[in-house]
Amino acid sequence: MTSNNLVYLVALPLFSSGFLMILGRRADKWGHIFATLISASAFGIGAFEFLQMLARPSESRAVTQKLFSWISVGTFQVDASLLLDQLSISFVLLITGVGTLIHIYSIAYMSHDLDRRRFFAFLNFFIAAMLLLVLGDSYLNLYVGWEGVGLASYLLIGFWNQKPEYATAAKKAFVANRVGDVGLSLAIMIAFATFGTVSFSGVEEKVSGASTAALTGIGLMLLLAAAGKSAQFPLQSWLGDAMAGPTPVSALIHAATMVTAGVYLIARSNFIFDNAPTAQLCVVIIGAITLMFGALIGTAKDDIKKALAASTMSQIGYMILATGLGPVGYAFAIMHLLTHGFFKAGMFLGAGSVMHGMDDEVNMRKYGGLGKFMPITAITFGLGYLAIIGVPPFAGFYSKDKIIETAFNAEGIKGLLIGSAALLGALVTAFYMTRVIILTFTGAKRWDEKAHPHESPFLMWGPMAILAIGSVASGFLLSSGNRFVSWLAPVVNSHEADHAEHVERFQPVVVTSMALVAVVIGVAIAIVKYRSQVPRVAPTNVRFFTRIARRDLLQDDFNEVVLMRPGQALTKFLVATDEKAIDGAVRTVGAVVIGSSKGIRKTQTGFVRSYALLILLGAFGLLATIWVVTL
Amino acid sequence: MNSANYLYLSAMLFTIGAVGVVIRRNAIVVFMCIELMLNAANLAFVTFARINGTLDGQVIAFFTMVVAACEVVVGLAIIVTIFRSRRSTSVDDASLLKR
Repeated sequence: MTSNNLVYLVALPLFSSGFLMILGRRADKWGHIFATLISASAFGIGAFEFLQMLARPSESRAVTQKLFSWISVGTFQVDASLLLDQLSISFVLLITGVGTLIHIYSIAYMSHDLDRRRFFAFLNFFIAAMLLLVLGDSYLNLYVGWEGVGLASYLLIGFWNQKPEYATAAKKAFVANRVGDVGLSLAIMIAFATFGTVSFSGVEEKVSGASTAALTGIGLMLLLAAAGKSAQFPLQSWLGDAMAGPTPVSALIHAATMVTAGVYLIARSNFIFDNAPTAQLCVVIIGAITLMFGALIGTAKDDIKKALAASTMSQIGYMILATGLGPVGYAFAIMHLLTHGFFKAGMFLGAGSVMHGMDDEVNMRKYGGLGKFMPITAITFGLGYLAIIGVPPFAGFYSKDKIIETAFNAEGIKGLLIGSAALLGALVTAFYMTRVIILTFTGAKRWDEKAHPHESPFLMWGPMAILAIGSVASGFLLSSGNRFVSWLAPVVNSHEADHAEHVERFQPVVVTSMALVAVVIGVAIAIVKYRSQVPRVAPTNVRFFTRIARRDLLQDDFNEVVLMRPGQALTKFLVATDEKAIDGAVRTVGAVVIGSSKGIRKTQTGFVRSYALLILLGAFGLLATIWVVTL
Repeated sequence: MNSANYLYLSAMLFTIGAVGVVIRRNAIVVFMCIELMLNAANLAFVTFARINGTLDGQVIAFFTMVVAACEVVVGLAIIVTIFRSRRSTSVDDASLLKR
């Protein structure tokens, strides 16, 4: 099946972005509305395509559109083509849907910013790049979108780059992402060397003939790429600093969509990971480490956005973990990704709403008792909270519970270990999210005298309310009757049979009750601990563990000691070598030439007669030589 | 008559010409000395042609004449130009290349 509408999904926001940037200040008055309408129309196209897709039988739901022949070198052919299948459409609807809501929210949130038009141009650019990422039908097309979202992320984190530390945060995100991008480009190169093609369908066809070593190599490189983009261990350190960007950016890019691109990449490459058990195991391990890592960092952060960022890291850890669990895991990973897109974006918008009412204060120790002053924000945030900790019947319950269950039922000791990690992660998640709620919305007020907390305007709470509805309903809608799993089955090659022949170590009901108990314990600990007075200034005489958790579990220190300092030393050494040895050699050669030419220049007197004499002497010398030689 | 005498004459003329080029300052005289050297060489060519009984040397003498004629045209033009601009025909005055 082909469709001619796919190109507009990417082209409209891209055009709008360029249009707003070229028009400059002339578009200040209406640029934000234009960008929002464009984003909404992209959602309209997505919804149209979705309805058309629903009408077709499940095996012929994918549609493609060839734009042009991009690279044509001998047998290496890459078309710039778009592919919309069940996996892509899930992302398209999430990106354009949540994206449009966040556009609307930003109209109010950024209304005092002089550069609002530029902000919207960047947002639209992000939408275009992200749609290209999920619509590309080959790794090379995906790579273009992959780099595009990286650029958009950089531009938006550093949107207020007049503050040096914000600009540094943007650079940090970009550099960490580059490390991952190297992985993606290496994966593409190995894929081309192995299969001779880089399109998803081409690779999938030839995957059975490839060696396990090559597949493992591609898998590990793809995992590196996913780790960079999705803030997974060991490349996760940029996500906390990325909160320097405006809050709508954190909600859209660093919670709902861009950071989930790694999950998309792995789910899209299911045919590689299913045939490379080692790489798949690494995916599971990275996911398990990150979900604990993020959760632990989340317990110690006082900055509301950084606590949410740590939570994002942890939740994406769950998704990555699920993608490593084989065919049945992909659907659960994507399902969690979608529900997470709703509740985390909703909570970030809630955090933005709180900051909006509190003069951009982000320290939760200076909030307290805001529920009375911002009822709508508190309710929408609370619904997101119930969703993320996994209380039934909210969205997170359905998706996270499935992941924990699948993890427990993985074969061997691996299943027990990662299952326990996922369960423990759920407990810690419940703890730190409850902490966020208590510190922000309940208890005594701890804010400054000059703060006047107030509810945000409709343009802000409207999107939050819609996302809150999503947080409530999306999980049930997606999971009832295994709807989403069978929807994705043709893409990720999972079938009900696979699931059935699995040995079920734990019955679903057992896992669910364990998860609920974990949640209750986490919530209880948080209530006991933060029930009493909370100090306005973070106590410093805390345990060692709390101290390192506040420092992102020493990830930055590790990077500094192991990577940055040796890197700087190497750079210094290379600069010195360059200046002393290489430049020195060049300068010596130059000095020798200059010195000798100074001496030789003296023979050039400019007098014709001396030249004539030299010629004469030379001729005599030549004759004499000939005479001597022939004699 | 002994052909060697022509060669002696040729060598003498060439030496006079060479010494003249080196020691005289007047460009016209230097120029005439060069002509003298060319003609000395011509004489030697013709003499050798006679000694060997071939025409090669005589042919080359014609070439030399052609070259000499061209050289006169160019050389005199240069000398006239220099005289116009510098009011002098001394070759030592035209020593600007060293700077």
